[in-house]
Amino acid sequence: MSKQQPLLEVKNLKKYFQTPRGMLHAVDDVSFKIAEGKTLGVVGESGCGKSTTGRAILRLVEPTSGEVNFDGIDILKLNPEQMRKMRQHMQIIFQDPYSSLDPRKTISQTIEEPLRLNHIIPDKNARIERVFELMETVGLAERLFNTYPHELDGGRRQRIGIARALALNPNFIVCDEPVSALDVSIQAQILNLLKELQSRLNLTYMFITHNLSVVNHFSDDIAVMYLGEMIEMAPAEDLFTQPLHPYTQALLSAIPAPTLNKKMDRIILKGEIASPIEPKPICRFANRCIHMQDRCRKEHPELIEASTGHFVACFLVQ
Amino acid sequence: MEISQSKQDVIQKTKQYKKRSQILEVWRRLKRNKAALIGLAIVILLFLMVIFADVLYDYKGVVIKQNIPNRLQHPSLAHPFGTDELGRDMLARIIHGGRMSLSISLVSVAFSLLIGGSLGAITGYFGGRIDMVIMRIMDIFLAIPPTLLAITIVAALGPSTINLVIALAVSSVPTFSRIVRGSVLMVRDVEFIEAAKAIGATNRTIIIEHILPNSFAPVLVQTTLSVAVMILTTAGLSFLGLGVQVPTPEWGFMLSSGRTYIRDHSYLTLFPGLAIMATILSLNLLGDGLRDALDPRLK
Repeated sequence: MSKQQPLLEVKNLKKYFQTPRGMLHAVDDVSFKIAEGKTLGVVGESGCGKSTTGRAILRLVEPTSGEVNFDGIDILKLNPEQMRKMRQHMQIIFQDPYSSLDPRKTISQTIEEPLRLNHIIPDKNARIERVFELMETVGLAERLFNTYPHELDGGRRQRIGIARALALNPNFIVCDEPVSALDVSIQAQILNLLKELQSRLNLTYMFITHNLSVVNHFSDDIAVMYLGEMIEMAPAEDLFTQPLHPYTQALLSAIPAPTLNKKMDRIILKGEIASPIEPKPICRFANRCIHMQDRCRKEHPELIEASTGHFVACFLVQ
Repeated sequence: MEISQSKQDVIQKTKQYKKRSQILEVWRRLKRNKAALIGLAIVILLFLMVIFADVLYDYKGVVIKQNIPNRLQHPSLAHPFGTDELGRDMLARIIHGGRMSLSISLVSVAFSLLIGGSLGAITGYFGGRIDMVIMRIMDIFLAIPPTLLAITIVAALGPSTINLVIALAVSSVPTFSRIVRGSVLMVRDVEFIEAAKAIGATNRTIIIEHILPNSFAPVLVQTTLSVAVMILTTAGLSFLGLGVQVPTPEWGFMLSSGRTYIRDHSYLTLFPGLAIMATILSLNLLGDGLRDALDPRLK
């Protein structure tokens, strides 16, 4: 982790959902920091609470408890009107470019909307000028100005989503699996665009994905989530060379390698992910772990700093 | 200089990619649908007829003037649709009756759409306790047959045209709120609503700009169908003496009063019936066509 003042600091964030069978712990006591201009990659399998974490930070779902300090302000304490203003600084890019765009609005209307609603540019012509500028920034041809989303392919649609997020000049963007709905050739284009925008506009990203090769290419730090908890967090290189948590090791061993004849030591996980409803205070990964000890079924491992900047929640390293 | 140059650029670019006017686009798509065009033509014809009713036939001198020696004449050149049991020209009464029927049904549909639609949009969007309370009240209303509800309201308020409109509007509010709520629920959880929230849209903006335009299709169809139901309910109420009062001509009322003579003078029921049918059919065709034409996804 970098030493400078973090742009975003999340402390003990929790999001529980009430279900008929008890409390569902979607996000359970997650804490992390992201420094300005950096990227935190968040990985984990489906249903582990990655997206909920991203949405809770933006208060698109109301967190149950915790603190989200953005630029020194705890945004969970803001009233709705203050929060509405705060949204200019924190944006989100969605996973599905098909459902995240209003089918009845043209591209220009969609990109113009944030500018119009926040009264950033009151003059209509100036606003249109900014829309053209944004379209150029994200690589959309001018002639698409008045087309509708259904007329475009996934990659172009995702570019509209990015332009909409950029319209308000945010400092921080949650990228919620922005490429997982796109095919591979377009994934690379969008990733390169996001990377280029980051260096040009000094953006800070929280990059949610289940694709480990993407996250390695993209992130400064990586956090691994399992069943609502953060189980390991480290600088990207550290995590890839010395994963400490057995789950992270299993995840990394599953990355397909683009080499022939290479023997891969895959760690095959057995069993299924445990239920996130009313979890017991033990290690949540215990029933699938190959290094499981007695202690894992009795106590809950806390996230500790194993080496500088490398946090892990496992009894193996304690 | 630099700034004005870029301004020029923008104006020129906007012109070049000028948005094809929304209305022209809709018209272009509507034109392809022959059935909708026929519907539109009939609707326009009906409205012209109703607006210029006074030019065609004098109200006092022809429409409500009784002429007993002339009663129950079969259609002829002098009276193309025949005359009724009091010797009044049926064509004149149908043209003037359209005024009543169309205005009563359109105004009451508009009211129930406005009230029911807002209730449905609010309950569907916010959910929770508001939804629970309002929808249970609507359920109570839905449990009473609409005609019976309308009868009760008119009986309580006293028979007059305004009370009739109130009764009709109230009796179909639950249907509209149900339908709007249902389609709002379908749209509410789509990601673009979340996206709108993320860019700082207020609930009002989200409902008006994103949810309603994406959920009006089933509502539009229900609206055109409701006009038909309104005309028929008006007829029923008039028959019971709770609707339009004599001698004001109204299609439904004419239909029911011609019933007595249906054996020998079937034209007394045929022509008002045809007028109602033409209105409903044309509105339905137009409504269907409009629903498709307003959707930019259907080219």
